[in-house]
Amino acid sequence: MAQKSDMAQKSDVVHHYLRPKKKFPHVWCSGCGLGVILGSLIRSIDSLQMSKNDIVVCSGIGCSSRLPVYIDFNTLHTTHGRAIAFATGIKVAKPKLKVIVVTGDGDCLAIGGNHFIHACRRNIDITVILANNWIYGMTGGQFSPTTPTGSRGTTAPYGNLEQPFDPTSLAIAAGAAYVARSTVYHVNQLDKMIKGGLEKKGFSLVEIISNCHTYYGRLNREGDPVKMLQWQKKHAMPIEAARKLPPEKLEDKFITGVLHDVDKEEYCHRYDRLIRELANASRERS
Amino acid sequence: MTQKAKQPGAPDRFEVRLSGAGGQGLILAGVILAEAIGTIDGKNAVQSQSYGPEARGGASRADVVISKEEIFYPKTMKLDLLLALTQEACDKYYPDLKDDGTLIIDSGMVSEPPTPHCYGFPFVQLAKSEIGIAMVANVISLGAICELTGIVSKHALTEVVKMRAPRGTEEKNMKALEVGFKIAKEAKNQR
Amino acid sequence: MKRVVKLLQGNEACVEGALMAGVRFFGGYPITPSTEIAEGMARRLPTIGGRFIQMEDEIGSIASIIGASCAGVKSMTATSGPGFSLMQENIGYAYITETPTVIVNVQRGGPSTGLPTKVSQSDTMQAGHGTHGDYYAIALVPSSVQEVLHFTIKAVNLSERFRTPVILLLDEVMAHMREKVDIPNPDEIEIVERKRPTVPPDWYKHFALTATGVSAMASFGDGYRYNITGLIHDELGFPTAEPSEIVAMLDKLKQKIVKHAESICEFETNGMEDDPKVAILSYGIVARAAKQAVIIAREHRLKVGAIRPTAIWPLATDSLRKRLKNVRQLIVAELNQGQLINLMKQHIDQRHTEIIPLQRYDGEIISPGQIFNKIKEIKHHGSEI
Repeated sequence: MAQKSDMAQKSDVVHHYLRPKKKFPHVWCSGCGLGVILGSLIRSIDSLQMSKNDIVVCSGIGCSSRLPVYIDFNTLHTTHGRAIAFATGIKVAKPKLKVIVVTGDGDCLAIGGNHFIHACRRNIDITVILANNWIYGMTGGQFSPTTPTGSRGTTAPYGNLEQPFDPTSLAIAAGAAYVARSTVYHVNQLDKMIKGGLEKKGFSLVEIISNCHTYYGRLNREGDPVKMLQWQKKHAMPIEAARKLPPEKLEDKFITGVLHDVDKEEYCHRYDRLIRELANASRERS
Repeated sequence: MTQKAKQPGAPDRFEVRLSGAGGQGLILAGVILAEAIGTIDGKNAVQSQSYGPEARGGASRADVVISKEEIFYPKTMKLDLLLALTQEACDKYYPDLKDDGTLIIDSGMVSEPPTPHCYGFPFVQLAKSEIGIAMVANVISLGAICELTGIVSKHALTEVVKMRAPRGTEEKNMKALEVGFKIAKEAKNQR
Repeated sequence: MKRVVKLLQGNEACVEGALMAGVRFFGGYPITPSTEIAEGMARRLPTIGGRFIQMEDEIGSIASIIGASCAGVKSMTATSGPGFSLMQENIGYAYITETPTVIVNVQRGGPSTGLPTKVSQSDTMQAGHGTHGDYYAIALVPSSVQEVLHFTIKAVNLSERFRTPVILLLDEVMAHMREKVDIPNPDEIEIVERKRPTVPPDWYKHFALTATGVSAMASFGDGYRYNITGLIHDELGFPTAEPSEIVAMLDKLKQKIVKHAESICEFETNGMEDDPKVAILSYGIVARAAKQAVIIAREHRLKVGAIRPTAIWPLATDSLRKRLKNVRQLIVAELNQGQLINLMKQHIDQRHTEIIPLQRYDGEIISPGQIFNKIKEIKHHGSEI
């Protein structure tokens, strides 16, 4: 029997985790970066060698939040911006579950911004996969908290007047344990970043620069999916290389790779410890 | 219990207000009184209090409604007994007392009682001189109320004070209670 | 076993009831006058292996308890008006996803920040129609601290039985007053657990259409992998826009509650045995003044009765109408500008029974005297009492 190509093997892995019945075609535009994220997330989960039964994928509202419906885990498609808060309840109630949140820049950073920073602060063991395409896709191209100043959205017809968030800096400042960034172009790196996040005991954020050619690309004349991926390729700078370069060489770049990785006690672990300590104290009293 | 004007629809109802300044432990005194009556004496008692910003500083109060029957309306309507540890509280709440209701004041703090027909004891001063801490004036008052009115049994009150007293202060609180019983007994005998 | 009698605040009794009913997760955010419930849960839950989390806001609180319930743990939150308003979108999510949860709302005056430390019943309507869309709520309304304990247990049980959020409506006075409470022995109370699936995972439908309207519920991590969404979904939990599936799901949400209204909502009556022509209808703390008013009125030889529902959502309207058959004048007493009264007008034939408002919204509770004055007024206007 002929050896299957690397590509075919990867595709088999993905198919093993897709839901069998009636879920396709998916809702995404052809060429959308979310398909790449779906594949990468599945390969990363597969590498953990965990039972599908122990994995929860939770999302809010938006294009990216439609992702969980396609994959064969425990999946929870919640309300706009609140996925991390739902995920917090799941994780605290049943800490043995691996809890992953799939979200977008509007969902996570605008309406859900408060839950995001507080989950970082608690350092609760949740992995947030943030698909950042700089626009609200599902509602048709409005500017988001990561839209660059001056870029257009349907609610920024003269260019965005606001300055964008950098979600990775936000997460680091708020107390996350693991923060990484990649793109839908750099698929191999992306696989590694997500795997790193999933393996981290604590709050992890993987920000993924993705393309919305349908809205962001069209409104800003940045063209088709291929052109937008080429832009990602050209402007991404791995952190190891960036460290060796003077700031002026980084002006039009964004940094990729593991930006932050620290070990500190995770929230559920700390709560478990409290339960044990209280039980011991009560045993000693009686 | 002395014969009092009856509350419409609730002949057995007895309403108490413990009042003074914030920090004098009057809420705790109200809880102790209600707990002793409700859980040990076997009658019914409902305790409520003023709540919110007005509870900080100024006049503070705890209300206890007592009855052998089921207590429907939980708040006080017309008081049978008013304890006032400050002039401000006395002035503010005296109008809520029934005409034949009992007024007990701290004679060291209330210099102008609204009526000569009241019991006066220097609770705060006694707490300092007899026990050594002003904090137990509330417990001395409870002892006096118990002895004067009989709305709560000595046994029940003693049990609950013992239970509720912060660790290490049980003895002082027991002593305070005894002081309360004693001064009230003397006052009764004088009448 | 020796009976335990304790002097408890309403909020403390709520904590006791929740723990007895098996609540092991609480997600909350501090708000007057409900805060003692969160404080009690924070203290008690870790001592029995449960978990408490203080979330960043009330939206997060309700989200966290829905998540915890999906993971199989009985969950509760407690709040007051402003927080209850913030929770509404996710309460709707709990309805459509049929996730058992208990939401305690200790009512205070509103709108907005309103009267944080004062009593009110102005969330009567919000408890039944607070979130958008068509749905049918359960809202229990205890009237004493003892009942707060029992109704908290009942709320948890109903949420498990019907796979739905249940609202427990308290108020500032009941939450803070202390009363003696007979603590039931664990073997005296009925504990209901959600129905678990008996079919293998391949056959499992998280939202199966059943004769009772209630589907079995597997938890995350149990080996049944399924999808939950706030979108209208099919039996498997996948989004649908198929008209027949939409109607089936919305009817399911309605029927499982409406059909059981008579068993969820009971009535306590006082002085209704001798068919009085005048009666007082009220719930919660107001019903206590009404009972006292009945006694006062009867001392004055005025034949008056009182009736109170134990749930305002759903109302057992058949029983209610039966009990009011001979009543010509119904005083609806409530702590708002008229919310319960509108429900009564909707369900009672006003050609037969005149509905008379008695409303108070100054932050104080209605007194027996006030109700008695209203009765005298009715008498004065020539009605036969």
